[in-house]
Amino acid sequence: MTQVPDLQTKHQPASNKQHARTIQAVSLDMAIDISPAQRDFIENQLLHKHQVATTRAMLLVLFLSFWELAARFSWIDSFISSSPTAIFRYFCSMARDGSLFVHTGITLLETIFSFFLVILISLGTALLLWACRALSEVLEPYLVMLNSLPKSAMAPLLIVWLGNDMKTIIVAAVSVALFGSILTLHTGFSQTDPDKVKLIYSLGGTKWDVLSKVLLPSSIPLIVSNMKVNIGLCLVGVIIGEFLSSRAGLGYLITYGSQTFQMTLVVTSIVVLCIISALLYQMIALVEKRVL
Amino acid sequence: MTPKLELKRVSYSYHSMEGETPALSAISFTADAGSYIAIVGPSGCGKSTLLSLLSGLARPDEGEILLDGKPLEQAKDTIGYMLQKDHLFEWRSILSNVSLGLEIRKRMDPDDLLYLKEMLKTYGLEDFQDKRPSQLSGGMRQRAALIRTLALRPDLLLLDEPFSALDYQTRLSVCDDISSIIRKTKKTAILVTHDLSEAISVADRIVILSARPARVKKVLDLSFSSPSEPGYAQRSGGKGAGSTATAAGASAALPAMSPMERRNALEFSYYFNLLWKELRTDDTGSGSAD
Repeated sequence: MTQVPDLQTKHQPASNKQHARTIQAVSLDMAIDISPAQRDFIENQLLHKHQVATTRAMLLVLFLSFWELAARFSWIDSFISSSPTAIFRYFCSMARDGSLFVHTGITLLETIFSFFLVILISLGTALLLWACRALSEVLEPYLVMLNSLPKSAMAPLLIVWLGNDMKTIIVAAVSVALFGSILTLHTGFSQTDPDKVKLIYSLGGTKWDVLSKVLLPSSIPLIVSNMKVNIGLCLVGVIIGEFLSSRAGLGYLITYGSQTFQMTLVVTSIVVLCIISALLYQMIALVEKRVL
Repeated sequence: MTPKLELKRVSYSYHSMEGETPALSAISFTADAGSYIAIVGPSGCGKSTLLSLLSGLARPDEGEILLDGKPLEQAKDTIGYMLQKDHLFEWRSILSNVSLGLEIRKRMDPDDLLYLKEMLKTYGLEDFQDKRPSQLSGGMRQRAALIRTLALRPDLLLLDEPFSALDYQTRLSVCDDISSIIRKTKKTAILVTHDLSEAISVADRIVILSARPARVKKVLDLSFSSPSEPGYAQRSGGKGAGSTATAAGASAALPAMSPMERRNALEFSYYFNLLWKELRTDDTGSGSAD
Protein backbone atom coordinates (compact mmCIF):
# COMPACT_ATOMS: atom_id res chain seq x y z
CA MET A 1 0.00 0.00 0.00
CA THR A 2 1.13 3.49 -0.66
CA GLN A 3 -0.66 5.24 2.19
CA VAL A 4 1.84 6.62 4.57
CA PRO A 5 0.83 9.26 7.08
CA ASP A 6 2.31 12.61 7.88
CA LEU A 7 3.42 12.96 11.46
CA GLN A 8 0.37 14.75 12.76
CA THR A 9 -1.94 11.84 12.14
CA LYS A 10 -0.09 9.75 14.67
CA HIS A 11 -2.42 7.35 16.43
CA GLN A 12 -5.55 9.03 15.21
CA PRO A 13 -7.92 7.05 13.10
CA ALA A 14 -8.13 8.68 9.69
CA SER A 15 -11.51 10.26 10.11
CA ASN A 16 -12.70 10.55 6.54
CA LYS A 17 -11.84 9.94 2.94
CA GLN A 18 -10.48 13.41 2.46
CA HIS A 19 -8.20 12.85 5.37
CA ALA A 20 -6.94 9.62 3.90
CA ARG A 21 -6.22 11.43 0.65
CA THR A 22 -4.27 14.13 2.47
CA ILE A 23 -2.25 11.41 4.05
CA GLN A 24 -1.35 10.07 0.64
CA ALA A 25 -0.59 13.47 -0.76
CA VAL A 26 1.49 14.86 2.06
CA SER A 27 3.36 11.78 2.95
CA LEU A 28 5.41 10.78 -0.04
CA ASP A 29 8.37 12.93 0.89
CA MET A 30 8.10 12.05 4.56
CA ALA A 31 7.90 8.33 4.04
CA ILE A 32 11.32 7.77 5.53
CA ASP A 33 10.28 9.24 8.88
CA ILE A 34 7.50 6.74 9.44
CA SER A 35 8.16 3.78 11.66
CA PRO A 36 6.85 0.38 10.50
CA ALA A 37 4.55 0.25 13.52
CA GLN A 38 2.98 3.55 12.59
CA ARG A 39 2.56 2.40 9.02
CA ASP A 40 0.83 -0.77 10.19
CA PHE A 41 -1.42 1.26 12.42
CA ILE A 42 -2.52 3.52 9.57
CA GLU A 43 -3.01 0.62 7.20
CA ASN A 44 -5.16 -1.16 9.75
CA GLN A 45 -7.27 1.92 10.29
CA LEU A 46 -7.85 2.38 6.57
CA LEU A 47 -8.62 -1.28 6.10
CA HIS A 48 -11.12 -1.15 8.91
CA LYS A 49 -12.87 1.88 7.41
CA HIS A 50 -12.99 0.17 4.06
CA GLN A 51 -14.53 -2.93 5.56
CA VAL A 52 -17.20 -0.96 7.37
CA ALA A 53 -18.19 0.86 4.18
CA THR A 54 -18.32 -2.37 2.14
CA THR A 55 -20.38 -4.21 4.73
CA ARG A 56 -22.76 -1.27 4.92
CA ALA A 57 -23.36 -1.32 1.16
CA MET A 58 -23.58 -5.11 1.06
CA LEU A 59 -26.25 -5.10 3.76
CA LEU A 60 -28.48 -2.83 1.66
CA VAL A 61 -27.93 -4.85 -1.52
CA LEU A 62 -28.63 -8.11 0.30
CA PHE A 63 -31.78 -6.76 1.89
CA LEU A 64 -33.12 -5.42 -1.42
CA SER A 65 -32.32 -8.56 -3.39
CA PHE A 66 -33.82 -10.83 -0.74
CA TRP A 67 -36.97 -8.69 -0.75
CA GLU A 68 -37.13 -8.82 -4.53
CA LEU A 69 -36.59 -12.59 -4.69
CA ALA A 70 -39.12 -13.22 -1.94
CA ALA A 71 -41.70 -11.24 -3.89
CA ARG A 72 -40.85 -12.93 -7.21
CA PHE A 73 -41.03 -16.46 -5.84
CA SER A 74 -44.15 -15.63 -3.84
CA TRP A 75 -42.53 -16.38 -0.47
CA ILE A 76 -44.29 -13.23 0.62
CA ASP A 77 -47.43 -11.64 -0.75
CA SER A 78 -46.19 -8.94 -3.08
CA PHE A 79 -49.61 -7.31 -3.03
CA ILE A 80 -49.14 -6.18 0.56
CA SER A 81 -45.35 -6.09 0.77
CA SER A 82 -44.59 -4.65 -2.69
CA SER A 83 -41.11 -5.15 -4.16
CA PRO A 84 -38.03 -3.02 -4.91
CA THR A 85 -38.54 -3.13 -8.68
CA ALA A 86 -42.22 -2.22 -8.34
CA ILE A 87 -41.25 0.68 -6.06
CA PHE A 88 -38.61 1.82 -8.53
CA ARG A 89 -41.08 1.68 -11.44
CA TYR A 90 -43.69 3.57 -9.43
CA PHE A 91 -41.09 6.13 -8.43
CA CYS A 92 -40.17 6.70 -12.10
CA SER A 93 -43.74 7.07 -13.24
CA MET A 94 -44.47 9.51 -10.42
CA ALA A 95 -41.40 11.47 -11.40
CA ARG A 96 -42.57 11.55 -15.03
CA ASP A 97 -46.06 12.86 -14.30
CA GLY A 98 -44.61 15.31 -11.77
CA SER A 99 -46.79 14.21 -8.86
CA LEU A 100 -43.70 13.09 -6.95
CA PHE A 101 -42.31 16.62 -6.94
CA VAL A 102 -45.62 18.24 -6.02
CA HIS A 103 -46.17 16.05 -2.96
CA THR A 104 -42.54 16.03 -1.85
CA GLY A 105 -42.35 19.79 -2.38
CA ILE A 106 -45.39 20.43 -0.22
CA THR A 107 -44.11 18.24 2.61
CA LEU A 108 -40.69 19.89 2.39
CA LEU A 109 -42.19 23.37 2.36
CA GLU A 110 -44.34 22.64 5.40
CA THR A 111 -41.39 21.10 7.23
CA ILE A 112 -39.00 23.96 6.54
CA PHE A 113 -41.59 26.60 7.35
CA SER A 114 -42.49 24.99 10.66
CA PHE A 115 -38.80 24.42 11.41
CA PHE A 116 -38.05 28.14 11.12
CA LEU A 117 -41.10 28.96 13.23
CA VAL A 118 -39.92 26.54 15.92
CA ILE A 119 -36.41 28.02 15.92
CA LEU A 120 -37.67 31.59 16.15
CA ILE A 121 -40.34 31.00 18.78
CA SER A 122 -38.24 28.71 20.96
CA LEU A 123 -35.19 31.02 20.87
CA GLY A 124 -37.35 34.01 21.72
CA THR A 125 -39.16 32.22 24.52
CA ALA A 126 -36.00 30.69 25.99
CA LEU A 127 -34.34 34.13 26.03
CA LEU A 128 -37.38 35.64 27.71
CA LEU A 129 -37.36 32.89 30.34
CA TRP A 130 -33.64 33.47 30.89
CA ALA A 131 -34.11 37.23 31.25
CA CYS A 132 -37.00 36.87 33.67
CA ARG A 133 -36.43 34.18 36.28
CA ALA A 134 -39.82 34.58 37.93
CA LEU A 135 -41.55 33.92 34.61
CA SER A 136 -39.53 30.74 34.05
CA GLU A 137 -40.39 29.51 37.53
CA VAL A 138 -44.08 30.17 36.95
CA LEU A 139 -44.20 28.51 33.53
CA GLU A 140 -41.91 25.53 34.13
CA PRO A 141 -44.52 22.90 35.14
CA TYR A 142 -46.73 23.90 32.21
CA LEU A 143 -43.88 23.61 29.74
CA VAL A 144 -42.91 20.19 31.10
CA MET A 145 -46.52 19.04 30.82
CA LEU A 146 -46.96 20.36 27.28
CA ASN A 147 -43.66 18.75 26.28
CA SER A 148 -44.69 15.29 27.47
CA LEU A 149 -48.21 15.53 26.05
CA PRO A 150 -48.53 13.40 22.88
CA LYS A 151 -49.17 16.12 20.33
CA SER A 152 -51.03 13.82 17.92
CA ALA A 153 -53.79 13.76 20.54
CA MET A 154 -54.36 17.43 19.86
CA ALA A 155 -54.52 17.09 16.09
CA PRO A 156 -58.28 16.45 15.83
CA LEU A 157 -58.83 19.55 17.95
CA LEU A 158 -56.58 21.57 15.65
CA ILE A 159 -58.60 20.51 12.60
CA VAL A 160 -61.79 21.77 14.24
CA TRP A 161 -60.16 25.00 15.30
CA LEU A 162 -58.09 25.83 12.26
CA GLY A 163 -59.79 24.01 9.40
CA ASN A 164 -58.68 21.34 7.00
CA ASP A 165 -55.63 23.02 5.49
CA MET A 166 -51.94 23.74 5.65
CA LYS A 167 -52.31 25.96 8.73
CA THR A 168 -53.30 22.91 10.78
CA ILE A 169 -50.35 20.91 9.53
CA ILE A 170 -47.86 23.63 10.36
CA VAL A 171 -49.33 24.21 13.81
CA ALA A 172 -49.22 20.46 14.44
CA ALA A 173 -45.59 20.30 13.36
CA VAL A 174 -44.62 23.32 15.46
CA SER A 175 -46.38 21.91 18.52
CA VAL A 176 -44.45 18.63 18.23
CA ALA A 177 -41.04 20.29 18.34
CA LEU A 178 -41.60 23.56 20.18
CA PHE A 179 -41.83 22.73 23.87
CA GLY A 180 -38.90 20.36 23.98
CA SER A 181 -36.87 22.93 22.12
CA ILE A 182 -37.75 25.69 24.59
CA LEU A 183 -36.83 23.47 27.54
CA THR A 184 -33.51 22.41 26.02
CA LEU A 185 -32.50 25.96 25.15
CA HIS A 186 -33.61 27.34 28.49
CA THR A 187 -31.64 24.71 30.38
CA GLY A 188 -28.58 25.45 28.26
CA PHE A 189 -28.91 29.20 28.73
CA SER A 190 -29.20 28.92 32.50
CA GLN A 191 -25.96 26.92 32.59
CA THR A 192 -23.90 29.78 31.19
CA ASP A 193 -20.61 30.03 33.10
CA PRO A 194 -21.39 32.42 35.99
CA ASP A 195 -17.78 33.63 36.01
CA LYS A 196 -18.04 34.78 32.40
CA VAL A 197 -21.20 36.65 33.36
CA LYS A 198 -19.34 38.18 36.31
CA LEU A 199 -16.57 39.25 33.93
CA ILE A 200 -19.05 41.19 31.79
CA TYR A 201 -20.50 42.90 34.86
CA SER A 202 -17.01 43.67 36.20
CA LEU A 203 -16.22 45.40 32.90
CA GLY A 204 -19.27 47.57 33.44
CA GLY A 205 -21.65 45.61 31.20
CA THR A 206 -25.39 45.22 31.42
CA LYS A 207 -27.67 42.21 31.04
CA TRP A 208 -27.84 43.02 27.33
CA ASP A 209 -24.04 42.70 27.10
CA VAL A 210 -24.22 39.35 28.87
CA LEU A 211 -26.79 38.23 26.31
CA SER A 212 -25.00 39.44 23.21
CA LYS A 213 -21.38 38.81 24.22
CA VAL A 214 -21.54 35.64 26.30
CA LEU A 215 -24.88 33.87 26.20
CA LEU A 216 -25.56 33.74 22.46
CA PRO A 217 -22.00 33.12 21.21
CA SER A 218 -21.40 30.40 23.79
CA SER A 219 -24.74 28.76 22.99
CA ILE A 220 -24.19 28.35 19.26
CA PRO A 221 -23.24 24.64 19.53
CA LEU A 222 -26.34 24.07 21.64
CA ILE A 223 -28.57 25.93 19.19
CA VAL A 224 -27.24 23.95 16.24
CA SER A 225 -27.64 20.58 17.96
CA ASN A 226 -31.13 21.67 18.95
CA MET A 227 -31.81 22.42 15.26
CA LYS A 228 -30.79 18.87 14.36
CA VAL A 229 -33.40 17.46 16.70
CA ASN A 230 -36.04 19.94 15.59
CA ILE A 231 -35.78 19.31 11.86
CA GLY A 232 -36.59 15.63 12.49
CA LEU A 233 -39.43 16.42 14.87
CA CYS A 234 -40.94 18.93 12.43
CA LEU A 235 -41.02 16.26 9.75
CA VAL A 236 -42.79 13.94 12.20
CA GLY A 237 -45.29 16.69 12.99
CA VAL A 238 -45.93 17.44 9.31
CA ILE A 239 -46.64 13.79 8.53
CA ILE A 240 -49.02 13.52 11.51
CA GLY A 241 -50.78 16.64 10.25
CA GLU A 242 -50.97 15.33 6.69
CA PHE A 243 -52.39 12.00 7.88
CA LEU A 244 -55.31 13.85 9.38
CA SER A 245 -56.03 16.76 7.14
CA SER A 246 -54.64 17.34 3.70
CA ARG A 247 -55.04 16.82 0.01
CA ALA A 248 -51.35 16.75 -0.81
CA GLY A 249 -47.99 15.78 0.65
CA LEU A 250 -46.23 12.52 1.41
CA GLY A 251 -48.34 11.94 4.53
CA TYR A 252 -51.45 12.27 2.37
CA LEU A 253 -50.02 9.79 -0.18
CA ILE A 254 -49.38 7.29 2.60
CA THR A 255 -52.94 7.45 4.02
CA TYR A 256 -54.44 7.53 0.52
CA GLY A 257 -52.33 4.53 -0.54
CA SER A 258 -53.27 2.48 2.51
CA GLN A 259 -56.96 3.26 2.15
CA THR A 260 -56.97 2.22 -1.52
CA PHE A 261 -54.64 -0.70 -0.84
CA GLN A 262 -51.80 0.53 -3.08
CA MET A 263 -48.94 -0.65 -0.93
CA THR A 264 -46.38 0.28 -3.56
CA LEU A 265 -47.49 3.90 -3.26
CA VAL A 266 -47.19 3.72 0.54
CA VAL A 267 -43.70 2.23 0.44
CA THR A 268 -42.53 4.60 -2.29
CA SER A 269 -43.66 7.57 -0.18
CA ILE A 270 -41.83 6.16 2.83
CA VAL A 271 -38.66 5.75 0.75
CA VAL A 272 -38.92 9.38 -0.40
CA LEU A 273 -39.46 10.42 3.23
CA CYS A 274 -36.28 8.56 4.21
CA ILE A 275 -34.35 10.42 1.55
CA ILE A 276 -35.62 13.89 2.45
CA SER A 277 -35.13 13.37 6.18
CA ALA A 278 -31.52 12.38 5.49
CA LEU A 279 -31.08 15.42 3.23
CA LEU A 280 -32.56 17.82 5.79
CA TYR A 281 -30.28 16.42 8.47
CA GLN A 282 -27.28 16.81 6.20
CA MET A 283 -28.26 20.43 5.59
CA ILE A 284 -28.08 21.18 9.31
CA ALA A 285 -24.82 19.25 9.54
CA LEU A 286 -23.49 21.54 6.81
CA VAL A 287 -24.59 24.61 8.76
CA GLU A 288 -22.87 23.11 11.80
CA LYS A 289 -19.61 22.76 9.91
CA ARG A 290 -19.82 26.37 8.80
CA VAL A 291 -20.43 27.92 12.20
CA LEU A 292 -18.42 25.68 14.54
CA MET B 1 -3.16 62.63 52.18
CA THR B 2 -6.33 60.66 51.48
CA PRO B 3 -5.57 57.03 50.87
CA LYS B 4 -6.53 55.63 47.46
CA LEU B 5 -8.82 53.11 49.06
CA GLU B 6 -10.27 53.02 52.53
CA LEU B 7 -12.48 50.37 54.10
CA LYS B 8 -14.33 51.32 57.26
CA ARG B 9 -15.81 48.45 59.27
CA VAL B 10 -17.20 46.66 56.22
CA SER B 11 -19.50 43.70 56.96
CA TYR B 12 -21.29 41.36 54.61
CA SER B 13 -23.47 38.25 54.98
CA TYR B 14 -24.88 35.72 52.55
CA HIS B 15 -28.52 34.88 52.87
CA SER B 16 -30.24 31.64 51.98
CA MET B 17 -33.32 29.75 53.14
CA GLU B 18 -31.09 27.73 55.46
CA GLY B 19 -30.02 30.86 57.24
CA GLU B 20 -27.58 33.71 57.27
CA THR B 21 -23.86 33.14 56.75
CA PRO B 22 -21.74 36.03 57.90
CA ALA B 23 -18.79 36.33 55.51
CA LEU B 24 -17.03 39.54 56.51
CA SER B 25 -17.10 41.26 59.84
CA ALA B 26 -15.91 44.83 60.37
CA ILE B 27 -13.06 44.81 57.87
CA SER B 28 -10.98 47.97 57.92
CA PHE B 29 -7.76 48.78 56.11
CA THR B 30 -6.35 51.38 53.75
CA ALA B 31 -4.31 51.33 50.58
CA ASP B 32 -2.15 54.24 49.51
CA ALA B 33 -2.04 55.28 45.87
CA GLY B 34 0.39 53.14 43.93
CA SER B 35 0.72 50.52 46.64
CA TYR B 36 0.30 46.81 46.28
CA ILE B 37 -1.82 45.11 48.91
CA ALA B 38 -2.14 41.37 49.32
CA ILE B 39 -5.01 39.79 51.19
CA VAL B 40 -4.38 36.33 52.60
CA GLY B 41 -6.46 34.08 54.77
CA PRO B 42 -7.70 30.52 55.13
CA SER B 43 -9.64 29.21 52.16
CA GLY B 44 -13.32 30.04 52.16
CA CYS B 45 -12.83 32.94 54.53
CA GLY B 46 -14.42 35.51 52.29
CA LYS B 47 -11.47 36.91 50.35
CA SER B 48 -13.31 36.80 47.04
CA THR B 49 -16.40 38.28 48.65
CA LEU B 50 -14.27 41.20 49.71
CA LEU B 51 -13.20 41.76 46.09
CA SER B 52 -16.81 41.60 44.91
CA LEU B 53 -17.58 44.39 47.36
CA LEU B 54 -14.55 46.42 46.27
CA SER B 55 -15.52 46.06 42.62
CA GLY B 56 -19.03 47.25 43.33
CA LEU B 57 -20.64 43.99 42.16
CA ALA B 58 -22.09 43.62 45.65
CA ARG B 59 -22.79 46.15 48.38
CA PRO B 60 -21.69 45.87 51.99
CA ASP B 61 -24.39 45.35 54.61
CA GLU B 62 -22.62 47.72 56.94
CA GLY B 63 -19.63 50.03 56.74
CA GLU B 64 -18.20 52.15 53.99
CA ILE B 65 -15.79 51.77 51.12
CA LEU B 66 -14.15 55.01 50.04
CA LEU B 67 -12.19 55.46 46.84
CA ASP B 68 -10.19 58.70 46.81
CA GLY B 69 -12.29 59.73 49.79
CA LYS B 70 -15.54 59.36 47.85
CA PRO B 71 -18.13 56.58 48.14
CA LEU B 72 -17.39 53.67 45.83
CA GLU B 73 -20.55 54.03 43.74
CA GLN B 74 -19.32 57.30 42.30
CA ALA B 75 -16.02 55.90 41.11
CA LYS B 76 -16.84 52.40 39.95
CA ASP B 77 -15.50 53.06 36.45
CA THR B 78 -11.96 53.42 37.72
CA ILE B 79 -11.79 49.87 39.03
CA GLY B 80 -10.38 46.95 37.06
CA TYR B 81 -11.17 43.43 38.18
CA MET B 82 -9.10 40.43 37.14
CA LEU B 83 -10.76 37.11 37.82
CA GLN B 84 -9.22 33.81 38.83
CA LYS B 85 -9.30 32.34 35.34
CA ASP B 86 -8.59 34.37 32.24
CA HIS B 87 -12.07 33.76 30.77
CA LEU B 88 -10.93 34.73 27.31
CA PHE B 89 -13.74 33.95 24.88
CA GLU B 90 -12.83 31.23 22.43
CA TRP B 91 -15.15 32.69 19.78
CA ARG B 92 -13.19 35.94 19.71
CA SER B 93 -9.67 36.69 18.56
CA ILE B 94 -7.18 37.94 21.14
CA LEU B 95 -7.55 41.52 19.90
CA SER B 96 -11.31 41.43 20.20
CA ASN B 97 -11.00 39.72 23.58
CA VAL B 98 -8.78 42.42 25.02
CA SER B 99 -11.04 45.13 23.63
CA LEU B 100 -14.13 43.58 25.24
CA GLY B 101 -14.21 46.16 28.02
CA LEU B 102 -13.90 49.06 25.58
CA GLU B 103 -16.64 47.53 23.45
CA ILE B 104 -18.97 47.22 26.43
CA ARG B 105 -18.33 50.79 27.56
CA LYS B 106 -18.61 51.98 23.95
CA ARG B 107 -15.15 53.52 24.02
CA MET B 108 -13.70 51.99 20.87
CA ASP B 109 -12.13 55.28 19.81
CA PRO B 110 -8.78 55.39 17.98
CA ASP B 111 -7.00 56.70 21.05
CA ASP B 112 -7.98 53.75 23.25
CA LEU B 113 -7.36 51.27 20.46
CA LEU B 114 -3.88 52.65 19.99
CA TYR B 115 -3.26 52.25 23.72
CA LEU B 116 -4.47 48.67 23.43
CA LYS B 117 -2.17 47.89 20.53
CA GLU B 118 0.76 49.41 22.37
CA MET B 119 0.08 47.19 25.36
CA LEU B 120 -0.15 44.13 23.13
CA LYS B 121 3.20 45.08 21.71
CA THR B 122 4.82 45.83 25.06
CA TYR B 123 3.64 42.58 26.59
CA GLY B 124 4.64 40.43 23.68
CA LEU B 125 1.24 39.57 22.27
CA GLU B 126 1.38 41.66 19.11
CA ASP B 127 1.91 38.67 16.85
CA PHE B 128 -0.94 36.82 18.49
CA GLN B 129 -3.68 39.41 18.23
CA ASP B 130 -5.52 37.53 15.49
CA LYS B 131 -5.11 34.14 17.15
CA ARG B 132 -7.71 32.34 19.21
CA PRO B 133 -7.18 32.05 22.99
CA SER B 134 -6.61 28.28 22.77
CA GLN B 135 -3.53 28.92 20.64
CA LEU B 136 -1.82 30.79 23.48
CA SER B 137 0.08 29.48 26.48
CA GLY B 138 -1.32 29.87 29.98
CA GLY B 139 1.01 32.75 30.74
CA MET B 140 0.14 34.60 27.55
CA ARG B 141 -3.56 34.15 28.23
CA GLN B 142 -3.13 35.64 31.67
CA ARG B 143 -1.29 38.61 30.16
CA ALA B 144 -4.11 39.04 27.65
CA ALA B 145 -6.58 39.05 30.55
CA LEU B 146 -4.50 41.74 32.25
CA ILE B 147 -4.47 43.85 29.09
CA ARG B 148 -8.26 43.48 28.87
CA THR B 149 -8.47 44.87 32.39
CA LEU B 150 -5.88 47.63 31.84
CA ALA B 151 -7.53 48.76 28.59
CA LEU B 152 -10.13 50.62 30.62
CA ARG B 153 -7.31 52.51 32.37
CA PRO B 154 -8.34 51.66 35.91
CA ASP B 155 -6.74 53.37 38.93
CA LEU B 156 -7.42 50.45 41.19
CA LEU B 157 -6.76 46.86 40.16
CA LEU B 158 -8.42 43.96 41.90
CA LEU B 159 -6.77 40.59 41.36
CA ASP B 160 -8.59 37.46 42.48
CA GLU B 161 -5.95 34.72 42.65
CA PRO B 162 -5.06 35.47 39.05
CA PHE B 163 -2.27 32.91 38.93
CA SER B 164 -3.89 30.01 40.71
CA ALA B 165 -5.08 28.30 37.54
CA LEU B 166 -1.52 28.04 36.22
CA ASP B 167 1.02 25.32 36.84
CA TYR B 168 3.74 26.18 39.33
CA GLN B 169 6.53 27.14 36.91
CA THR B 170 4.29 29.28 34.73
CA ARG B 171 2.82 30.73 37.86
CA LEU B 172 6.16 31.99 39.11
CA SER B 173 7.08 33.65 35.86
CA VAL B 174 3.62 35.08 35.18
CA CYS B 175 3.42 36.44 38.70
CA ASP B 176 6.80 38.07 38.13
CA ASP B 177 5.68 39.37 34.78
CA ILE B 178 2.32 40.76 35.76
CA SER B 179 3.49 42.25 39.02
CA SER B 180 6.20 44.21 37.30
CA ILE B 181 3.67 45.44 34.73
CA ILE B 182 1.46 46.65 37.55
CA ARG B 183 4.43 48.27 39.28
CA LYS B 184 5.50 50.00 36.11
CA THR B 185 2.06 51.39 35.40
CA LYS B 186 1.91 52.62 39.03
CA LYS B 187 -1.54 51.20 39.65
CA THR B 188 -2.90 50.58 43.09
CA ALA B 189 -3.48 46.85 43.31
CA ILE B 190 -5.32 44.55 45.68
CA LEU B 191 -4.30 40.92 45.28
CA VAL B 192 -6.26 38.11 46.90
CA THR B 193 -4.23 34.94 47.22
CA HIS B 194 -3.88 31.83 49.32
CA ASP B 195 -0.23 31.49 48.37
CA LEU B 196 1.80 33.08 51.16
CA SER B 197 5.03 33.25 49.22
CA GLU B 198 3.25 34.94 46.35
CA ALA B 199 1.85 37.55 48.73
CA ILE B 200 5.26 38.24 50.24
CA SER B 201 6.97 38.39 46.87
CA VAL B 202 4.73 41.10 45.44
CA ALA B 203 3.04 43.16 48.15
CA ASP B 204 3.88 46.28 50.14
CA ARG B 205 1.30 45.42 52.72
CA ILE B 206 -0.37 42.16 53.64
CA VAL B 207 -3.79 42.05 55.22
CA ILE B 208 -4.29 38.78 57.09
CA LEU B 209 -7.87 37.65 57.50
CA SER B 210 -9.21 35.16 60.01
CA ALA B 211 -11.47 32.20 59.21
CA ARG B 212 -15.09 32.98 58.42
CA PRO B 213 -16.55 35.37 59.30
CA ALA B 214 -13.40 37.15 58.25
CA ARG B 215 -11.91 39.79 60.52
CA VAL B 216 -8.63 41.57 59.96
CA LYS B 217 -6.20 39.64 62.12
CA LYS B 218 -3.16 41.65 61.32
CA VAL B 219 -1.87 44.15 58.80
CA LEU B 220 1.74 43.57 57.92
CA ASP B 221 3.86 46.15 56.13
CA LEU B 222 6.73 44.67 54.19
CA SER B 223 10.05 46.18 53.42
CA PHE B 224 13.00 44.60 51.77
CA SER B 225 16.52 45.82 51.92
CA SER B 226 18.60 44.67 49.05
CA PRO B 227 22.20 44.43 50.08
CA SER B 228 23.27 43.19 46.68
CA GLU B 229 22.13 46.28 44.84
CA PRO B 230 21.92 49.46 46.87
CA GLY B 231 20.55 51.38 43.89
CA TYR B 232 17.07 49.97 44.28
CA ALA B 233 15.65 52.72 46.39
CA GLN B 234 16.43 55.39 43.82
CA ARG B 235 15.24 53.39 40.90
CA SER B 236 11.65 53.02 41.89
CA GLY B 237 10.74 56.61 42.67
CA GLY B 238 7.13 55.60 43.42
CA LYS B 239 5.65 57.75 46.13
CA GLY B 240 3.69 56.49 49.06
CA ALA B 241 4.43 52.86 48.46
CA GLY B 242 5.43 50.99 51.58
CA SER B 243 5.68 54.23 53.48
CA THR B 244 4.60 52.78 56.79
CA ALA B 245 7.29 50.16 56.77
CA THR B 246 7.97 48.84 60.21
CA ALA B 247 8.98 45.24 60.13
CA ALA B 248 12.38 43.63 59.90
CA GLY B 249 14.22 46.75 60.81
CA ALA B 250 14.98 47.53 57.23
CA SER B 251 15.77 50.92 55.86
CA ALA B 252 13.20 52.70 53.72
CA ALA B 253 13.87 50.47 50.76
CA LEU B 254 11.15 50.91 48.18
CA PRO B 255 9.64 47.78 46.72
CA ALA B 256 11.26 47.82 43.35
CA MET B 257 12.62 44.33 43.69
CA SER B 258 11.04 41.87 41.36
CA PRO B 259 9.08 39.05 42.98
CA MET B 260 11.89 36.68 42.02
CA GLU B 261 14.48 38.82 43.75
CA ARG B 262 12.31 39.09 46.80
CA ARG B 263 12.04 35.34 47.05
CA ASN B 264 15.80 35.27 47.41
CA ALA B 265 16.00 38.17 49.88
CA LEU B 266 16.90 37.64 53.50
CA GLU B 267 13.62 38.96 54.83
CA PHE B 268 11.54 36.54 52.81
CA SER B 269 11.66 33.61 55.20
CA TYR B 270 11.21 35.91 58.17
CA TYR B 271 7.94 37.22 56.71
CA PHE B 272 6.92 33.77 55.64
CA ASN B 273 7.27 32.43 59.18
CA LEU B 274 5.44 35.42 60.55
CA LEU B 275 2.51 34.89 58.21
CA TRP B 276 2.52 31.16 58.72
CA LYS B 277 2.32 31.54 62.50
CA GLU B 278 -0.32 34.21 62.25
CA LEU B 279 -2.54 31.99 60.13
CA ARG B 280 -1.84 28.87 62.20
CA THR B 281 -2.93 30.47 65.47
CA ASP B 282 -6.48 30.63 64.26
CA ASP B 283 -9.22 31.05 66.83
CA THR B 284 -10.02 27.37 67.06
CA GLY B 285 -6.57 26.17 66.21
CA SER B 286 -8.02 24.01 63.46
CA GLY B 287 -7.69 26.52 60.66
CA SER B 288 -4.90 25.67 58.33
CA ALA B 289 -2.64 28.07 56.56
CA ASP B 290 -3.90 26.78 53.27
